[in-house]
Amino acid sequence: MGRTLAEKILLVHSDAEDPRPGDVIMVRCDVVMANDVSGPVAFRSMEKMGAAKVFDPAKVVMVADHFMPAKDARSAELQKRLKEWSDEQGVTYYGQGRGGIEHTLLCEEGWIVPGSVIAGGDSHTCTYGALGAFGTGLGSTDIAACLAFGEFWQAVPSTIAVEFRGTKGPFVTGKDLILAVIGEIGVGGGTNAVLEFTGEGAEALSIDERLAVSNMAVEAGAESGLFPADEKVERYLEGRTDRPWTAERSDPDAELARRVEIDLDTLPPLIALPHLPGNVVPVEEVRGKKIDQVYIGNCANGTMTDLRQTAEILAGRHVHHDCRAIIVPATQSIYREAMQAGLLDVFVEAGAIVSTPTCGACFGGHMGVLGPGERALTTTNRNFKGRMGSSQAEVHLANAYVAAAAAVAGEIVDPAEVVEQVPA
Amino acid sequence: VIIEGRAVVIRGDDIDTDVMYPGAYLNIDDPEQMKPYLFEGFDPTLRDQLGDDAIIVTGTNFGVGSSREHVVQAMKAWGVRCVVGKSFARIFRRNCVNLGLPILECPEAAEAARPLSAIRIDTESGVVEVDGRAFHASPIDPFVLELQASGGLVPWAQSKLTA
Repeated sequence: MGRTLAEKILLVHSDAEDPRPGDVIMVRCDVVMANDVSGPVAFRSMEKMGAAKVFDPAKVVMVADHFMPAKDARSAELQKRLKEWSDEQGVTYYGQGRGGIEHTLLCEEGWIVPGSVIAGGDSHTCTYGALGAFGTGLGSTDIAACLAFGEFWQAVPSTIAVEFRGTKGPFVTGKDLILAVIGEIGVGGGTNAVLEFTGEGAEALSIDERLAVSNMAVEAGAESGLFPADEKVERYLEGRTDRPWTAERSDPDAELARRVEIDLDTLPPLIALPHLPGNVVPVEEVRGKKIDQVYIGNCANGTMTDLRQTAEILAGRHVHHDCRAIIVPATQSIYREAMQAGLLDVFVEAGAIVSTPTCGACFGGHMGVLGPGERALTTTNRNFKGRMGSSQAEVHLANAYVAAAAAVAGEIVDPAEVVEQVPA
Repeated sequence: VIIEGRAVVIRGDDIDTDVMYPGAYLNIDDPEQMKPYLFEGFDPTLRDQLGDDAIIVTGTNFGVGSSREHVVQAMKAWGVRCVVGKSFARIFRRNCVNLGLPILECPEAAEAARPLSAIRIDTESGVVEVDGRAFHASPIDPFVLELQASGGLVPWAQSKLTA
């Protein structure tokens, strides 16, 4: 019996002899990551463990991104501790003005290579699957053990093969592909499994779009969401990293838990309605719903690709009088690239605000949270009740075209309609 | 290990960690200070039912979403003894195991439990009694069972470091 891609990666990182799905094994990490929320809680656990030093400072990275820039004195204290701890341990620290949102940043900075294992103190660590790596989200005490010993326990996951068939149409992006998957299998459909994305539709996606797809694997309950690495990944990694890597694939006879097919030829732009990422319907079905705030950014969709799509819609147009728009480039480097490409000018001219890279309002932290009764349309990954502020607010998830179009129209609208209208 | 207590029932399926502990309070890292925000986005009055004999009963896919350990840290700080549910999201389950909070999947027991139901759990045999009716929880991997029984990853790490 052959092995899946996930099994192959885990086997290389374990001493287990012949583990099969469901078996609990110890898995070695190539990278351990935490942030200003998960890090300090992990340091407390590590202290209780009596572990004074990290297992390997070269494999540990800390990112201040959640309450960055500090929202209040308490957040400032957490970031201070994160930096001091990092300096003491001699590990890499990305602080204010030097990094951005952890998952986009770690890919950009060459920490992630195909076949590697990344333990992250953040559920969206599954994003690294876009580069063919087993990234998985863990809680703080798990991270504490990873920091101390460089390993975590893991039940070998089964694999759900997701095949994207055909070619996607205009205003359909990676976001719609993963929303389609979550709509199909549900928010618990990937439990104890990894998603593996294949097919011509998967191969055709850019790295930015793959990041958006893998990012939301956890929204289906999956441990990670993997794309087998290809020449696009190879090109992406050129000049970013000197870490050695090899591209693996699932064996043709590997056992799968399930196969899911998504037909891209007929896939329209989608939207996840409150309050679950699995409440997915075509945008068309909810046209005309008023939107108070549009938020474009986060670890799923704050890439240059998303910003270019946003600019396509906003160029020469204005954010609707009854709507607010916040645009959050995911990293300092994306921010700068967008600035040099003139995109930030387009956004500001349109009446949107451009935020420094931060997790910010996506998780209800700061920098644009919602009030009672407000309705948001965002490119983020979660629309749970209260996710972005008030528990009486609503969050809708969609791609950057749909979000930018809603900002212009002040309501949910097909992006094609906005584009058809010649800018004033 | 035998665990006895009374049920604190969290109704519904796919209950996420955002409502269990909203993001706005993630700038707290001391478990004692997390206590007042547990259940804040779901039903703050549930906190009145907590105490050191509380056993939390949940529906399907409980704890979906964020990896925030704050939910389980706050439950522990309130003295919660055990979590019994129809099924759990992966990271939530891990967090319970890692912090030594026993967590059992037992759909029938979760269905039978009412607020204040008397619950008795034998973690070894996996038998969950609800008001005297016995049900069998899904089997737990021996490593995981041992880990949660011994108090989670902190004692596991301590013994590894002193070995």
